Amino acid sequence: MDLIKEHPILEFEHGKKVKFFFDGKAMEGFEGEPIAAALHANGVRIYRETPEMKRPRGFFCAIGKCSSCFMVVDGVPNVRTCVTALTEGMRVETQRGKGLVPPLS
Amino acid sequence: MEMDMLFNSGILTGERPGAEKPPQELWETKQNGLVIIECPQRIPCNPCHTSCPTGAVLPFEDINDTPRIDYTKCTGCTMCVAKCPGLACFVVDLTYGGADEALMKLPYEMLPVPEVGSEVECLNRYGEAVSKGKVIRVMEPWKDKTKVVHVAVPKSLVMDIRAIRVVK
Amino acid sequence: MRQTEVMVIGGGPAGLSAAVEAASLGCQVMVVDSDLKLGGQLIKQTHKFFGSKEEHAGTRGYEIANILFRELEENKDRIQVLSNTTAVGYYKEDGVVSCVTGEDEYFRVKPQRVIMATGAQEKMIPFPNNDLPGVYGAGAVQTLMNVYGVLPGKRVLMVGAGNIGLIVSYQLKQAGVDIAGIVEFMPHVGGYWVHAAKVRRLGIPIYLRHTIVEALGERYVTGAVIQAVGEKGGLAGEPKKVDCDVICMAVGLTPTCELLWQAGCEMVFVPELCGYVAKRDNQMRTSVPTIWVAGDAAGIEEASSAMVEGRVAGLNAARSTGHVTDTEFDARSSLYWKRLSDLRAGPVGEKIRYGISQACCGSWEV
Repeated sequence: MDLIKEHPILEFEHGKKVKFFFDGKAMEGFEGEPIAAALHANGVRIYRETPEMKRPRGFFCAIGKCSSCFMVVDGVPNVRTCVTALTEGMRVETQRGKGLVPPLS
Repeated sequence: MEMDMLFNSGILTGERPGAEKPPQELWETKQNGLVIIECPQRIPCNPCHTSCPTGAVLPFEDINDTPRIDYTKCTGCTMCVAKCPGLACFVVDLTYGGADEALMKLPYEMLPVPEVGSEVECLNRYGEAVSKGKVIRVMEPWKDKTKVVHVAVPKSLVMDIRAIRVVK
Repeated sequence: MRQTEVMVIGGGPAGLSAAVEAASLGCQVMVVDSDLKLGGQLIKQTHKFFGSKEEHAGTRGYEIANILFRELEENKDRIQVLSNTTAVGYYKEDGVVSCVTGEDEYFRVKPQRVIMATGAQEKMIPFPNNDLPGVYGAGAVQTLMNVYGVLPGKRVLMVGAGNIGLIVSYQLKQAGVDIAGIVEFMPHVGGYWVHAAKVRRLGIPIYLRHTIVEALGERYVTGAVIQAVGEKGGLAGEPKKVDCDVICMAVGLTPTCELLWQAGCEMVFVPELCGYVAKRDNQMRTSVPTIWVAGDAAGIEEASSAMVEGRVAGLNAARSTGHVTDTEFDARSSLYWKRLSDLRAGPVGEKIRYGISQACCGSWEV
């Protein structure tokens, strides 16, 4: 993972390392940290494709305001990955277009 | 116009209020050095004064004033060097070493931390390496991760050198 | 329907200060914040703050956040904190705030008083490919590297030399990231001179009167094109290609005020405060008698003034629910307003003072 190994001011306390899946591929991240941070640390920059022009989109504002980072998480689309916490076994997928909201179970 | 643009991008182009040299005679004889503060803009800030143990950095009537220094009280202790949020204070000891040497005490917040006895690159205001310097001491006055590196430099460059870079 | 005495929307420096002030005076307070961690932009600031002792000058931003967290803890009997919770709507018909925790836990709150401390969001400038992955807000880059310890990239082009652009460039260098340069449209940096001096002496070039013309890359940023800008603002000279994998946007913030609009607060566009803000009286109260505003949501400024404005809002909300005597109110209020006036006194405060005069109506007609 592309983590900062040492820093002149800060000490990083990451939580528990967990396994999650991005487009079916197994990756590692830290539980409780934003999904976007885990993706970025694994070199994943493209999170979704826009409906009309299929333009790639990724991280932008990091405070849940801009909608650039929407992905399908555990089957649910339009998840703000910059403010949603990573959990063990989470399935994160590139969102293509508007995504399909799953029916209530 | 050119000089204005340079200053406007953070390069000090000459002395001005808030960025003045110490009086030369005192400076040349002061053991342990005197502080140079380069803070020419009026901003609301005064930790240089509140951190100074001798009162050399004078009280601010208006917190937006540029700093004023009573050099007779300055002991070159570097408390302000390590406290200044803008890293704008430097101590220069002209009495150090040989006739062509001086000791500079500079704030440092990068990695790696230079080793005592090692040689570092001395950078000017543009970040250009203008000489080598020998690291004499590394202190951390406030124990808050801001180091003060004491580095021996050529005396002729004390008004140019403003940073160091550790060579790997 | 949940109830509370004072609902603080936003848990950054303004919101936390408001919550602590109101709670310490006796109010029951609920704080909601849409992020996973409280503290807003404060927890990412590794540099030492300016100002005076009261504003914790010389203390690193994230340590100032810790001071606020400790005060929060001291008042925990009266403050309920809901992080990962976004206030998504304010219904002015009945003063109800609708909220969502995470992605699917929805609830409504009927607060007696509301303090909007919703902060700000990044502005954007138009250029081809500005939507490519790799074009990130400066605050976002700070979050990645300072909060989660993730390298944002290998080489960054910073767009904007305000305080944020200058500070984040320095912080990127501390994290071991290369900076290709900082481009600034104006003929001078917008931030403090000392911040510019700090980055220049590390060899980071600042290109004044320059702008970004294009982001390069098919699926993500692989470079950028920058160009000089003439005196009248049009492009000049030759375009220059810059290698980078992150383009960091630090071109300014604008207040976040959707909830204020929804609440029916009188709004006014003030360029000096960087966007639309709620009109407020001289105690930070909006045109809606139960709503106060504080921090960047009231106008883009600094964390130090955000914290004091939070105190003013908390104090006033507490007074309006009967928790503060007149003498106590006068003492605290004059202290806080003196601090704000000191912070805004110098030349850098001039723009803010003018902006506030455009947004402040003195007192609302009864």
